[in-house]
Amino acid sequence: MRRLNKEILYEIKALYRDDFRVTGYRFGKGEKSVCILGSLRGNEFQQIYVCSQIIRKLLELEKKGRIREGKEILVIPCGNPYSVNTKKRFWTVDNTDINRMFPGYSLGETTQRIAAGIFEKVKDYKYGIQFASFYMPGNFVPQVRMMKTGAENVALAKQFGLPYVVLHKPRPFDTATLNYNWQVWETNAFSIYTTSTSAVDKASAKQALDAVLNFLSKQDIIQYQGYEGYISRVVEGKDFVDVRAEHAGFLEQYAAAGEKVEKGQKLAEIRAPYTAGLLQVISAPVSGTVAFVHNEAMAYQNTAVYKLIPEADEI
Amino acid sequence: MAAQFENFEISEKKRQRSLKILKYWRERMIEQIETIAETELPVDERLKISRYRLMPDGSNVEELERQGRRIGIVTGIHGDELEGQYVCYELGRRIKEEASALCGIVDIYPAMNPFGIDNITRGIPAFDLDMNRLFPGNRNGDMNEYIAAEILKDMKGMALCMDIHASNIFLTEVPQIRINELHKERLLPIAEKANVDLVWVHGASTVLEATFAYSLNDSGVDALVVEMGVGMRITKSYGNQLTDGIFSLMKELGIWSGKVPEVRKPVISNDEKGEDVYYLNARTSGIFLKEKEHGSMVAKGERIGIIVNPLGGEILEEVEAPGDGWLFTIREYPVVDEGSLVGRILKGV
Ligand SMILES: [Zn+2]
Repeated sequence: MRRLNKEILYEIKALYRDDFRVTGYRFGKGEKSVCILGSLRGNEFQQIYVCSQIIRKLLELEKKGRIREGKEILVIPCGNPYSVNTKKRFWTVDNTDINRMFPGYSLGETTQRIAAGIFEKVKDYKYGIQFASFYMPGNFVPQVRMMKTGAENVALAKQFGLPYVVLHKPRPFDTATLNYNWQVWETNAFSIYTTSTSAVDKASAKQALDAVLNFLSKQDIIQYQGYEGYISRVVEGKDFVDVRAEHAGFLEQYAAAGEKVEKGQKLAEIRAPYTAGLLQVISAPVSGTVAFVHNEAMAYQNTAVYKLIPEADEI
Repeated sequence: MAAQFENFEISEKKRQRSLKILKYWRERMIEQIETIAETELPVDERLKISRYRLMPDGSNVEELERQGRRIGIVTGIHGDELEGQYVCYELGRRIKEEASALCGIVDIYPAMNPFGIDNITRGIPAFDLDMNRLFPGNRNGDMNEYIAAEILKDMKGMALCMDIHASNIFLTEVPQIRINELHKERLLPIAEKANVDLVWVHGASTVLEATFAYSLNDSGVDALVVEMGVGMRITKSYGNQLTDGIFSLMKELGIWSGKVPEVRKPVISNDEKGEDVYYLNARTSGIFLKEKEHGSMVAKGERIGIIVNPLGGEILEEVEAPGDGWLFTIREYPVVDEGSLVGRILKGV
C-alpha cells in the first residue's frame, strides 16, 4: 500500500476564508536530508510550478524505490496560498513579507507565526533549497545564490550544475530571510533563481528540476542518473555590472537572460512614451553574460534594466 | 459714548500696530519651497520631494548649522500615516504668526513618499517597497535608492530631525518617541523634552539599520522617531501636543526665542530586553470590538475587548490584560487574523 505523502504543516483558522494551510509532501523516511520550498510570495508562480515538477518526479522515483534508505525529503510548494489566490505579493491584511519574518515567533503577529510554523518544520534538514524571487520584475540566468555568512559551502552549491553560483554579502534585511536563518541553524541553504517569477518558464523549470535531482543524487539521497548540467562559475554579486536607464520610458529589450553579449552591443532602447523618439540606446559596458533583464514595458529612471556578469578576465 | 469710541480707537490702533510689526517680521523671514530630490517618471510626470524652509532673512545657513540652529521635521515616509501632516501645517502656521521669534532654520518635509500618500499606501506603490527600509540609499542606485540618498544628503547639517509616524492603519498609539538602545544616551535627554507621553527605548535589530532615523543617527544627526495616533486619520489634539514639543525643542536649540508651553514628563520605558511590555495578540481570527480606550490604566484580568464571529453571533475570545499596566496601544482596525496585535500594555506604570 502506498502511503500518503501529503501533510498539513501549518494551519490558521480564518473568519470568512477557507483555512490558511501550508502543505508539504514527504518522500522517504529517516534522516531529514533535504527540504525544498517554493513560493512565499503571492506572485511566485514559477516557484510553485518548479515544485510541482519536483513532486511529480519524486513520486515516480519513490514508486521505483529510488529514494535512498534512511533519507527523507520534504517539499513545500507554497508557504503563502492566501496571497497567491488573491494575487497580492505580500500578506493579505498587513502587506508584510513572510520572507522577512524568519525565524518567526509563534506568539507574535500573523506572518511571524506563519514563519515560525514553517521554520519549525524545515529547520532540521541537512540541506535547504528555496526557489526565490527578486524584488524587481525580470528574468534571470538560472543561478544558485548564497549569502556570505561564513557558513556557505560553495563546493556544494556547484553540485546543482546551474550556470552560476552567486555569492553576496548579507544586507540588513537578509537576517530575517529563510535562507539566512537556515544557515544560522546549520542547514546548508541555497536560493535558486530560475528565469521567471510570475510567468511560468518551462525550459528553466526543467533546468531547475534537473539541477535539484542532480544535487540530490550527488548527496546520495536519491538514485538517479540525469543530465549533468554545467560546471558552475562562481561570481560575487558585487561584480555584477548594472546597466541603467538614464530616462524613463518604453523599454525595448534586445538581449535575453543568459545571452552572451559583447562590449558595445545594443541591449535595449528607451523611447519617449508619447512620441516614440529615441531617448537612449543602452549598450553593454563590458562583454559578459546577461544575468538579469528587467521585463516590464516601461522603465523608471535609473532602473537597472540589465545586470551583466562580466567575462572572467574583466573582473 | 465718546470714551467707548476712544477705547475702540486705541485698540484698533494697537491692532494695526501689531499687524504692522508682524508684517515687518514676516517680510524679514524667508520662506522657501524647494525640490530636494526628483526623478523622471515614465509618462508626463516628475516625482519631486519638497522642502519648506523657514528662516530669518539674511541668515547664513552654514553659520546657523554650525551653531546647531537647524531642525528638520519629516513625515510621510509611510504614505498612509497622516498625523504628521497636521503637525507640519501647524508648525508653519505658528512660526508665521510670530516670525520675530525665529532665530534658526526650520525645514519641513511633509511628503517623503508622495506616491504612497496619493495611493493611501504605506509603502512605495509601484515597487511594493517599504521606504523606511531603503536608507541610506544609493546615489547610483535605482529611483528609490537615489531618492533616499538625496533625502539623507539634505538632512546633513541639522542639529535635530524628527520623523513623524502614525503607527499604522491598524493600531492607535499615544504620542511617543521610540529610541534604538544604541542611541539611547544621546537621544533620551532630547526625547524627554518633546512633550510626548511615552519614550520607548527598544532593543537593537539589524533589520532596523535600513531606517531613515537609524541612518541619520549613524551619520551623526540626532533623529527622533515619533509614533502617534493612527493611520489614515488626523488627531488634532496629538498634533498640537507634538507641535508644542517641537517649539520647546526649538527653544532649547536656540531656533526659537518666543514663549513655549511647559512640556509634560513622559513615561520612560527602558525596554532594551523586550520585557517591559505585554503584547496582546489575537488567539483567533474574527472581528475585534474594543472596550477600553488607549491610554487607560488596566488591571490584571480586565477585559480589553472581545473578538466575535458575526457568522453565528458568538464571542470567540475575550481579550484580557495579562497584568496591570498602561494600555498605550489599542487596535483600531476591527478585522483580525490569528496573531494580529490588538493592544500593548506597559507593565507596572
Ligand atoms: Zn510609519
